[in-house]
Amino acid sequence: MNKMVKITIDGKTIDAEEGANLLQVARDNGFDIPGLCYYDKVSPTGACRLCLVKIKEQKGLIPSCTVKVSEGLNVTAFDEELEDVRRTIVELLISEHKLGCMTCDTASECALEDLAYRYNVTVDNLPFPVKTKYESIDDSSPVLAYDPNKCIVCGRCVKACYEIQGKGIIDFIGRGIETKIAPDLGVDWKNSACDGCGECIQACPVGALFEIPSVGKARKWEVEKIETICPYCGVGCRIEVEKKDNEIVRINGVDDGPANNGRLCVKGRFGYEYEMSNKRLRTPLIKENGKFREASWDEALTLTARKFSEIKKNYGGNSIAGLSSARCTNEENYIFQKFMRAVIGTNNVDHCARLCHASTVAGLARAFGSGAMTNSIRELEFADCILVTGSNTTETHPVIATYIKNAVLNHGAKLIVADPRKIDLVKYATLWLRQKNGTDVAWLNGIMNVILNENLHDKEFIKNRTEGFDEFRMVVENYTPERVEKITGVPKEKIIEAARIYGTAKNASIVFSMGITQHTTGTDNVLSTANLALLTGNVGKLYSGVNPLRGQNNVQGACDLGALPNVYSGYQKVTDPDIKKKFEEKWKVALDDKVGLSVVEMMNEAHKGNVKAMYIMGENPMVSDPNLNHVEEALKNLDFLVVQDIFLTETAQLADVVFPAYSSFEKSGTFTNTERRIQLLNPVLKAPEGAKEDWEIVQELALKMGYEMQYNNQSDIMEEIADVTPIYGGIHFYRLGKDGLQWPCKDENDPGTLFLHKGKFSRGLGHFSPVDYIPPAELPDKEYPYILSTGRILYHYHTGTMSRKVSVLNEYEPGPYAEISPELAAKLNLKDGEEVRITSRRGAIVTKARITARVAPDSVFIPFHFAEAAANRLTNDALDPIAKIPELKVAACKVEKM
Amino acid sequence: MKIDTILSKYEPKSENLIQILHDIQDHTEGNYLKEEDLEKVADYLKIPKSRVNGVVEFYSMFSKKPRGKYVIRLCKSPPCFVKGAFNMLDELKSQLEIDVNETTKDGLFTIETTSCLGVCDEAPVMSINNKIYGKLDSAKIKKIIENYRKGKSEI
Ligand code: SF4
Ligand code: SF4
Ligand code: SF4
Ligand code: FES
Ligand code: FES
Repeated sequence: MNKMVKITIDGKTIDAEEGANLLQVARDNGFDIPGLCYYDKVSPTGACRLCLVKIKEQKGLIPSCTVKVSEGLNVTAFDEELEDVRRTIVELLISEHKLGCMTCDTASECALEDLAYRYNVTVDNLPFPVKTKYESIDDSSPVLAYDPNKCIVCGRCVKACYEIQGKGIIDFIGRGIETKIAPDLGVDWKNSACDGCGECIQACPVGALFEIPSVGKARKWEVEKIETICPYCGVGCRIEVEKKDNEIVRINGVDDGPANNGRLCVKGRFGYEYEMSNKRLRTPLIKENGKFREASWDEALTLTARKFSEIKKNYGGNSIAGLSSARCTNEENYIFQKFMRAVIGTNNVDHCARLCHASTVAGLARAFGSGAMTNSIRELEFADCILVTGSNTTETHPVIATYIKNAVLNHGAKLIVADPRKIDLVKYATLWLRQKNGTDVAWLNGIMNVILNENLHDKEFIKNRTEGFDEFRMVVENYTPERVEKITGVPKEKIIEAARIYGTAKNASIVFSMGITQHTTGTDNVLSTANLALLTGNVGKLYSGVNPLRGQNNVQGACDLGALPNVYSGYQKVTDPDIKKKFEEKWKVALDDKVGLSVVEMMNEAHKGNVKAMYIMGENPMVSDPNLNHVEEALKNLDFLVVQDIFLTETAQLADVVFPAYSSFEKSGTFTNTERRIQLLNPVLKAPEGAKEDWEIVQELALKMGYEMQYNNQSDIMEEIADVTPIYGGIHFYRLGKDGLQWPCKDENDPGTLFLHKGKFSRGLGHFSPVDYIPPAELPDKEYPYILSTGRILYHYHTGTMSRKVSVLNEYEPGPYAEISPELAAKLNLKDGEEVRITSRRGAIVTKARITARVAPDSVFIPFHFAEAAANRLTNDALDPIAKIPELKVAACKVEKM
Repeated sequence: MKIDTILSKYEPKSENLIQILHDIQDHTEGNYLKEEDLEKVADYLKIPKSRVNGVVEFYSMFSKKPRGKYVIRLCKSPPCFVKGAFNMLDELKSQLEIDVNETTKDGLFTIETTSCLGVCDEAPVMSINNKIYGKLDSAKIKKIIENYRKGKSEI
């Protein structure tokens, strides 16, 4: 904090921080100086001149929003002259403004309307001619519209798009009274690169920019506003939902949301339509003779309990397996794994984190002792160097990407991107390494080789805080830049430059995601990123660390709460007798000490007939899992399948019993975002009549199976979690408030942990692992000559169960496609949009070609959200031996024009 | 000249934007700025496309549409206005059969308006590709245009 100084405003003495914004300071101290262009989240513009003040010993009237506080400033904020000038400005604005307040969706929250009221300005007493010729509105974007006739040219949107979102899609065009804003090179909004995040709408003080889906739904004063957490990705943005009559009218970012600071992406702001879908499940279903019929809760629960009990009795608890859900709350995940372990008597419980970050959990636990982001999301903005690899952050964690862009554009950080695809972040990068898919260990070792050779490693840190350096060094010495160039295809000069940038940065942060983890060498890849951070001492301090980005809203929490076959909540091993004893005492039942089956293993065992029944809560393996044809056969081979979900998903259709559940807009409970922050949900809407919360369903099932479970609500469950889970020891609902808490949080007085491993690693010393490069399980050959990888896109989410029921998201991206390079397209004589058949050793799909230089010449990329051309019919279910994560990022395929 | 050659003459700093735009426009047939070139400029300077567009749209000397071989710019600032610039504008429009900011079918002429050209004592004034013509009247305009049609810029 800067030093405090004294200033005077209208005779009152005020203590303020030196360098603070004068307008802000004045307002904070009760001087309500008007101002339309000032927006505290961006740099001041000084455009509207409403905030003019007089400052003693300075000439003229000065816009206070452009003044920095210094000792002794003597300010006049209000006198007759200033108020006259302000009134004139408001009159001028009103004369040029289309007064459409009666139908404007912003009315009553409009800053211009407020000023007109304050200065008593009406159209009939204006000293200026009133503008009556109107320009057309641009409502071509799926989500937002711009009315130039209401635009007061304050520039807040322009700065919001550039300085906050890091995109710069819009700017001013024209001169004088004709000035307005326009996207890109002056195209229609629809044809611009605008991705619909809506930051500009949120910044607009008037109704010039507005949400199309909200038009005409409610006047601002009719809505009720409730804050909760975004139902989509692991960033965990805090949202404010405006609702009327149990319908969502609009969603805004919450300005002091700890992860998002008011920011959202298009899904968070506009992706809520599924919530009101009439396809929601409203009653339990039982399948008879291949067809579903509606059933009462009692009937469906009794049938399920009877079946589970029978199978358990005949074949043992280990013949049943459960999939918990990264979409359900922490409390529900805890209850689900407890049900599987205590009631069914098996450790066969897992969830789709297996498919994305099992290798992160395994790798980082080995290197540091904790498998989560070491730092907090907003620290990224202040790192000097960010290495992003295997994460198309702009699309998968859109709000996190904005902080990375802020670091580059607003603070001059150096960004290194290592990715086979030319992703959006490459535009912002100092350096781009285009490695061949699956060669990550090699280029990471190459960088470390150079760091060692050039003596850029942190000897002090290595000596005091790590172990295993010598063995590690022996391996890395073999990875000369020349050799690495041969393996990875990255020119050796770039390896050297990357080493120098990362190796000399004051604080460097590594960001990675599924491009690193979804390999048969996933754990090795993760260990290599950890090695790099250890080697340079870039972990265990503010802004520096190793940061895996977790995909789904509560995938971190589902792991934390023990929806994994090898650990109870808080990563406590099922094989540890003391831990087992603790849980046996708490749960009053004997527990199994063998590690259970992971997702892919469950499917294999079901295929073989060893797993007889499955209980799936809120997951959709029929789209999300690798080698889908195999999954389908496995699920069909079960004696009994139970699915609980909000929609009749592809997986639910195969079930014998389906239970209708609540969505996250309808319940309480907590989610843990990717920065380990436990945040409280608020019920916003009433759930459909007939549905129940997931934890309630599990509890009723437990009771029917004769196991005592009596929680009144999710808060009760959290009390038990805190009791048995050291890293969640201090988590109680009443402590969470608006900011939540970041684990580890061991007791009531623990404020939580911003970044991990300060002073000491969770496991004691940081562990270097010697890691050698191993090629991917399946490489291109004559028959399957191209490399296939899969991933996510901005406009859809996971298996599309929610996002594909949102019409504006479908407008952006209606269906499946494959990214194909111009080189490959030329070879196949393929035009953009034409159909192609893509075949791997496991299956084939037909989809549309999208020709783009984003992919390397010999590679194909397919988003996995689309069931009708499911990428996972092609993917390889070969597993990482340690983490059991399948190799979703590399398969060999062939491509044919239809 | 190729766009890359032009760009390589300048350091990739956003201060150079206006100069670069001039240079490109002067070397583009049709005397305008093509969309793909503007995109390259934005890439080269690492600034948003919208910012490049904002500058292009702000200055009347830049055009995003192809213009005639001869760009006629009629001054409409007050001194020229007082001396009948608007009659001269009508004169130009009717003789060339196009409106302001349009180009004749043969691709020869474009009419634009501009603010003061700094030779007010010659008002009304117009310029054709940076050559100034003052003390205009309808006969003089007719003559000038005829000569240009023949490829002469002298009166
Ligand atoms: S919606 Fe987002 S990307 Fe689009 S113009 Fe507004 S701020 Fe920029
Ligand atoms: S659209 Fe809104 S935020 Fe943008 S310049 Fe106009 S009034 Fe300001
Ligand atoms: S970034 Fe993630 S959490 Fe934030 S609004 Fe988008 S989907 Fe929701
Ligand atoms: S608020 Fe200061 S000039 Fe607009
Ligand atoms: S006003 Fe026309 S040249 Fe000056």
